[in-house]
Parts: sequence; C-alpha cells; structure tokens
Amino acid sequence: MSTFAPDTLIAVLPELMLLLLGVVVLVLDPFWKETNRRLNLGWLTAAGLFATLIVSLLIGRPGEPTLALGGMVRFDLLGFTFKMFFIFAAAVTALLFMDTEHLGRRAEAYLLLLAATIGMNLMAAAADLVMLYLAIETTSIPLYVLAGFMTNDDKSNEAGFKYFLFGTLTSTIMLYGFSLVYGFSGTANLAEIGAGLGELNLLTVSFLFLVLVGLAFKVSLFPFHFWAPDVYEGAPTPVAGFLSTASKAAGFAVILRLLITAMPSLSDSWIWIIAILATLTMTVGNLIAMAQKNIKRMLAYSSIAHAGYALIGLVAYGKFGVATVVFYIMAYLLTNLAAFGVIAAVGRISGSEEFPAFYGLNRRNSTLSLVMLVAFLSLAGMPPFGGFVAKVFVFAAAIEAGWIWLAVVGVLNSIFGLYYYLTALKYIYLYRMEGEAEEQNPVPLTPAYSMALLVLTVGIVVMGVAFAPWFDLASSAVLNLF
Amino acid sequence: MQFPVLSIIVFTPMVAGLIILLMKPDRKTEIRMTALSAAAFALLLSIWVYFSYDKIAAGYQFIERYDWMPMLGISLYFGVDGMSAPLVLLTGIVMVTGVMISWGIDDRPREFFAFLFILASGVFGVFVSLDLFMLFFFYEIAVFPMYLLIAIWGWIQTREYAAMKLTLYLFIGSVVALVGALAMYWTSGAQTFDMLALAAANFSPEFQRLWFPFVFLGFAVLGGIFPFHNWSPDGHVAAPTAVSMFHAGVLMKLGAFAALRVGIMLLPEGAKFHMPWIIFLALINIVYGAFIAMVQTDFKYVIGFSSVSHMGLVMIGFATLTPEGLIGAGVQMFSHGVMTALFFAAVGMVYDRAHTREIPKLGGMAKPLPIVAVAVIIGSLVSMGMPGFSGFVAEFPIFMGIWKTQWLIAVIAAISIVVTAAYVLLVVRRVFFGEMPAEFEGHISPINVLDKAALVFLSSIMIGLGLFPALMVPWVQSGVQYVLSLLGGV
Repeated sequence: MSTFAPDTLIAVLPELMLLLLGVVVLVLDPFWKETNRRLNLGWLTAAGLFATLIVSLLIGRPGEPTLALGGMVRFDLLGFTFKMFFIFAAAVTALLFMDTEHLGRRAEAYLLLLAATIGMNLMAAAADLVMLYLAIETTSIPLYVLAGFMTNDDKSNEAGFKYFLFGTLTSTIMLYGFSLVYGFSGTANLAEIGAGLGELNLLTVSFLFLVLVGLAFKVSLFPFHFWAPDVYEGAPTPVAGFLSTASKAAGFAVILRLLITAMPSLSDSWIWIIAILATLTMTVGNLIAMAQKNIKRMLAYSSIAHAGYALIGLVAYGKFGVATVVFYIMAYLLTNLAAFGVIAAVGRISGSEEFPAFYGLNRRNSTLSLVMLVAFLSLAGMPPFGGFVAKVFVFAAAIEAGWIWLAVVGVLNSIFGLYYYLTALKYIYLYRMEGEAEEQNPVPLTPAYSMALLVLTVGIVVMGVAFAPWFDLASSAVLNLF
Repeated sequence: MQFPVLSIIVFTPMVAGLIILLMKPDRKTEIRMTALSAAAFALLLSIWVYFSYDKIAAGYQFIERYDWMPMLGISLYFGVDGMSAPLVLLTGIVMVTGVMISWGIDDRPREFFAFLFILASGVFGVFVSLDLFMLFFFYEIAVFPMYLLIAIWGWIQTREYAAMKLTLYLFIGSVVALVGALAMYWTSGAQTFDMLALAAANFSPEFQRLWFPFVFLGFAVLGGIFPFHNWSPDGHVAAPTAVSMFHAGVLMKLGAFAALRVGIMLLPEGAKFHMPWIIFLALINIVYGAFIAMVQTDFKYVIGFSSVSHMGLVMIGFATLTPEGLIGAGVQMFSHGVMTALFFAAVGMVYDRAHTREIPKLGGMAKPLPIVAVAVIIGSLVSMGMPGFSGFVAEFPIFMGIWKTQWLIAVIAAISIVVTAAYVLLVVRRVFFGEMPAEFEGHISPINVLDKAALVFLSSIMIGLGLFPALMVPWVQSGVQYVLSLLGGV
C-alpha cells in the first residue's frame, strides 16, 4: 500500500468538485426564497457541472495510466473520457430539471443527480472490485429515488420501486460473482484478476455469467430489459433521459473494463455471448418499439436496441472495434438526451407523452420540431448526424473482424428503426392537433430548455460532420485497455 | 489551390436550406426568392463546370481533396468526369425549375424549400464524390428528406404509405450496398475509401462475384430496377410536383449512377460475371414498364411507369458493358431527367387546375394551356425516341449496344418503343385535345410566367440536345473510356 500523496487526488478531481458542488447546493438552498429556487438551483448546478467539466479538461487530464488512492481507481484516459460524458450529461439534465414541475425547485433532486454522477465517474474509473461495487451502488441508489421522485404520481412510484427491485436483485447477483472470484483469486484488482484468470472452468464461467447479469441490467440488454420501458415511462422525463444515456454509458464503461481487463482469457467465449445478446437486444428492442403508442416507451425500446448496436463494436473486439463502441456511446448520449429533452419540453405543456400529444408540433413550435427531427434522424442513423457515423463505424468494425452476419443483423435492424422514427416524425410534421388549433396552443421554450437543446443539437451535427477528432479521442481512450 | 467550385456547388443548397430555416415562416416571398437565387447560383456554377470540363484530357477534373479522417482514409474528395458532369448539370436544371414551379406552395414553404435543398445537396454530393464513405454520406442525405417532402406536401390519399414505402426501399438498398462497400474497404487492405485507389485494388474474382450483386442491386433499387421498382410509381404519384421532378428526374439517376460508380467500376469482374442476368431484369423493366404505363388511367402513374421503363434502358445500357450502350445510358440519364421533370411539371400544372389526374375525365386542355400542351408533346417525342430530340441521341446507341450483345434482346426491347409511342400519344390526345368536359369550362386559369419559363427552358434543352448531340456525347464518351479501361476493354 502506497503512502498517501496529495497529488494523486488529481485522479478524483472531478468527483471532488462534484462533491463540493453538492454541498454548495445543499447549503445555499434554504437561503433562497421558494420562488427563486427553481432558477437558482438549476443554473447553479448546471454552471457548476460545466465548470467541473472545463476545469477537469484543463488541469485534470491523465497522462500515463496510473493506479491511485491505494489501487482503488485507475487514472487513465478511458475513465476520464467517460467521466466527461457523465458530467456533460448531468449538466444538460440539470438544465432540463429546472422547468420540470415538482422537480425543478427541489434541492434534493439536484443533489441526487450529482451523487449519481459521482458514482458513475467512479464506475468508469474503478480498478478494483470493491470500488466498482460501491460505485455502482452510489450510482443506483440516487437513481432509484429520482425515478420515483414524483411521489404524488402512481406511475413514478411504480417506476422507482420497479427499478429498485430489479436493480438490487441484479446487483446482488453481480456481487456474488465478485465475491466468488475474490475468494478464488485472492485479489480484487481487475488487472490482477485478468492476469490470473485461467481458461474456461466452472469458476470462470460462473464469474462471467453472474457479472453479466448485473451489467446487462445496467445497460438493459435482453433478457434483462423489462424494467426499462416501465421505468422510463414513469420516471420524470429528464430523469429517464439521464437513465437512458449517462447510466447506460456508465454500464458500458464497466463492461469494457471488466470484460477486457479482467477477462481477456475468456474472450473467445464472451465474444460469442455478447454477439448473441447484441442480436437479441437489437431485434427485440426494435420490434417492440414499433408497436408503442407512448413516445417515452418507444424511446425506451429504442434505447434497448441502441445498446445492442453498441455491443457490435465490442464483438469486433480489437482497438478499432472498442473505439467504435466509445464513439457510438458518445453519439448516442448526445442524441438521446436531445430526444428526451424535446419530450420533456412538450410534456411540460401538454402533460402527456402519448403520440397524439405530439401531433402538429411543427406548427406549434418549429424549432422544437427541428430538434426532434435532428435527434430522431440521428437515432435512425442518418447523416449528417452523429448517429450515422457511429452506426457505420460499428458495422465497419464488425465486418473487419469477420462478423458479417452480425453487421447484416445490425443493418436490418436499422431498417426497423428507421420505420418507427419516421413514423414519429410524421406525427409532428404532418398530423394536426385536434381542431387544428396549433396557433392557439404554442409550445414555448424556456431559456434552460433552449440552451440544453441548442448545445445538444450542435453537438449531434458536429459529431456527424467533423467526426475525426472525436473518433481519435475514442481510439486513444481505449488504448489503455489493451 | 484552384477555386473550389465543386464544394461550393455541393454546399450551396445546404447552406441556403439552413438560411431559409432561420427565416421567419410567414415571410414567404423572401423565402422563395432566397431559394430561387440559391438554385440559380448552383445552376450557373454547374453550367460553368460542365462547359469548362476538358473532354480531351478526360479523367477526373476540378479535383478537391481534404483529409477528413486520415485514420480510416476518409477524405472529402470531389471531382467530376464525363459521366458525372452532365448529371451535375441536370441537378442544377431540375433544382431551378423545381423551385420555379413550386412558387405556389403555401403550406410551410420554409420547411419545404429547406428539405428540398438539403436533398439537393445530397444529390450533388453523390455525383461528385470520389470517396466511398462520402458517397454514402451524401446518398443518405438525399434519401431521408424525401420522406418528409412526400409525407407532408404529397397527395393526401397515398402520401403516408408511399413515403414510407419509398424511404424503406431506398434505405434497405443503400444499407445492403453499404455492407458490400465496407467489405471492399477491408478487403482492399489499402485503408482508404478513395474510389480511385479501390478501383486499382484488384479484388479477387471470387470476391467480386460474391459482392457485386449486393452493391449493384443495392443502388439499383433507387434506379428502379425490376423487381425492386415498386416504390417508384407510388412515390412519384404521391409526391408534390417539384419532388416528383427531383425524384424521377434526378434521384433515380443517383441510383443508376452509384450502381455504375461503385458496382461496375469497382467490381468490374463481378459486373462481367453477373451482367447476363441483369440484362434480363432491365429488359423486364423496359417492356413491362411500358405495358403497365399503357393501361394506367392516372396521368401521373403513366409517367411513373414510363420512368420505370426508361430507367430500364439506362440499366440495360450499363449491362451491355459496350461503349455504345454505356454512352447511350449516360445520355439517357440526362435526357430522361429533363424529360421526366418536364412531364411532372406539366402534370402538376394540369392537376392544380383540374383537380383530377384521371385521363378519361380530362380533355381539351390545349386551349387554355397551350404552352403546357406543346411542352408535353415535345416530351412525348423525346420519350419515344424521335430523331431531332434528345431521346434519340440516347436510345439509339443503347439499342446498338444491345444489338451487339444479343440481337434478340434488342428486338424484344424495341417493342417498348412502339408501346411508348402508343401510350404517350394517347395521353396527349385525351388530355389536351378533344372535347373539354363541361365542368372545366372557364375554370382553367392560365399558367404563370415562372411556370412558362420552366417549361420553355426544359423543352429547349431537349430540342437543343437532339439537334446538337455534340453538346453532350463527347463528355459522356470521355467518361465511358475510363469505365471501359477498368473493364479491361470489353
């Protein structure tokens, strides 16, 4: 055990700043008048998160990968990149929180958001099973609460409770896998486990399966996806957006680390498992999404499908393949946040997320419909948006590695995807509100929404057009894994 | 560095589209003026590119290359050759005339022109891209606005169905081709999407034979090849006039062109191996399309199926892999593009006034709409390949090419000329001559100046090209030389 050196704290600089921000939010909250809270809290949290992002980028960048804090966290570019995604997503989510009723003026909501973000950051950086488990729980518990935050809404309560039940069950199973491997290998460090883990035998197979259960829940892979639609539908929309993006990305960070660092010797087996999971996840997600009548449920199934696409890159393995996963997550994060942002903005006015609430949106607010167009086309994988490049890259990775059938499955799935995304666009551009009363029912955008959606839309287009720097970032991030 | 004229052509419509989106929705006149001036600017530049293309030197010209993603060998690599220069010009022409005849669109013209222009950018981009990745990039940009354009501004009865059908067909085709393209990328080992480098990659014959059908047919879906043509007439009919013009006039060429560029030029061995049966598909297009067109009673469906038939001629011209066939196909792409744009413009004008496209219900339109009648007659003459019009310049070499390959096919394909003559003349007689039904008496307002200008412009191009084939054939010839050299001098 190394002695404590203050400069290793740089490895957790973002988390420390988030912690500080949380304390500031909590302390200042009682001093503000009820009427001002919404604005003050939201802007404070969002600004604090953006500041964290910038400060971390300026002074907190990792050099050579090192273990810090007694081997608990690994300070490397992969973890750092994911941390930046989470902080960005949290900042945008804080903006979206502001104008959500019952959520925007409660300091607890922002605090829970920050706590979950700290947990995610640690998930991405954890180099040790104990740290990893703690980080996963630090992420999950605030999210359970956030999903059920609307205590006067049955659906929200159901969402929180369901998420909690599924979450604790699967994380217990995962914990059992952790303890099993610790018992046999005598170490909790991921890299050491990876070096010592033998070929296929009962122990390694149980480790693999038990851990996969927990992770598959996190990123809602088939057959552990059942919670996602109900939770997304019931949870406050910005929370659902956060769950489907940052929380999922955190799950992917852990998947990459665990499978590649801790189980390289099993790669022949888990690649096949992941390939099958990816196929089923994509197909089930897309097929069920087509039948949905509620846009949040549709997006929930679509986000299940997207986890499947991202896994294609992991199946391809290798530096290029895993880089495409990181790139995919980056593009998906921006896109899905934008989609949920639009839904939150419309839901705030219309009070519903069923499709008819979106009829005639183009005439009610053309900017909002344009953002939705960008987000949905990006999800469908159309240029010049990030989703197109991301999809092409994962398919390219699959073909490079010889997984042509998987690429074909992905390609066919994106056709189903296109169908329901276009259908949703048809509702907002073509269909009319009841009584054609769009003029009398505008959907005004608050400054917070405008800012969040602007940032996301620009991000989606930039990633779709100037994709090279982002992909370079993704590929240097994954170099640490190999 | 030289003047980046191709990038300006490609990005002008997109930038104009974005500017239009930023304008206030109720300032409709300003929006239309912006659209028209952007389109005119793009047309002028494409005319300039066309006429300053050096056909003696041939090869790719106006080359621009910017590294876009060196890690994977993606670059923004533009250039035109003798095959693509006429198509760039065609796109410019259709864009300007499309804006002119869409002047009357009153439902959200801002979104309409913005989507139309994004589509136009995609089309230009495909025609000039020499990088396979960028080709797909622009290809998809050209596909998705179609959905919205047809679904929102289309014919109310079928628009939702037709728009979705069209988009899904085209998307399926393009992703199938994409898988093939990615396979090419990795197999070449050159780590580049540069199509000139890929053409020199010497793929093994087995590889080429395996992947050619996917790549060629994937793109040919957009060219309307049998049995994947089904989306096309439905789409044409449902689309608003300007979109029909774009769709039949330019987008179908996009499919044929990409099938040539990526399919035949990058996988020549595969092309030689598979062409014997592709000729049959194209033959079915030609003959079947013509017969189906003959029995239609909806004016727009007639034109829609005639497009299927005429695009079959393009495909069969490719499939012969002979110099004559390819030259004819190249000219046919341009000629049919102008002709079908004119037809759809004319149909739109009649429909806007009569509110029906049922041929038996129409009649006597030549009196109130003389210019439309003349334009349609010119289009019909082009359509049946009458000498003196551009259709002849295109179809004659194609038939020569087929004859050289297999005379029997030429004979069968020639049936279509007779059938085409029959249906276009019937349509002209029923719609424009004869007795005008009483309910239209006094209700047919004359067309406006912009409509007239568009029709006159399109007609004069077809006559001009028919009288002076030298205005296009040398260009196409220089492009065909390169294709043939890749095919190893068949």
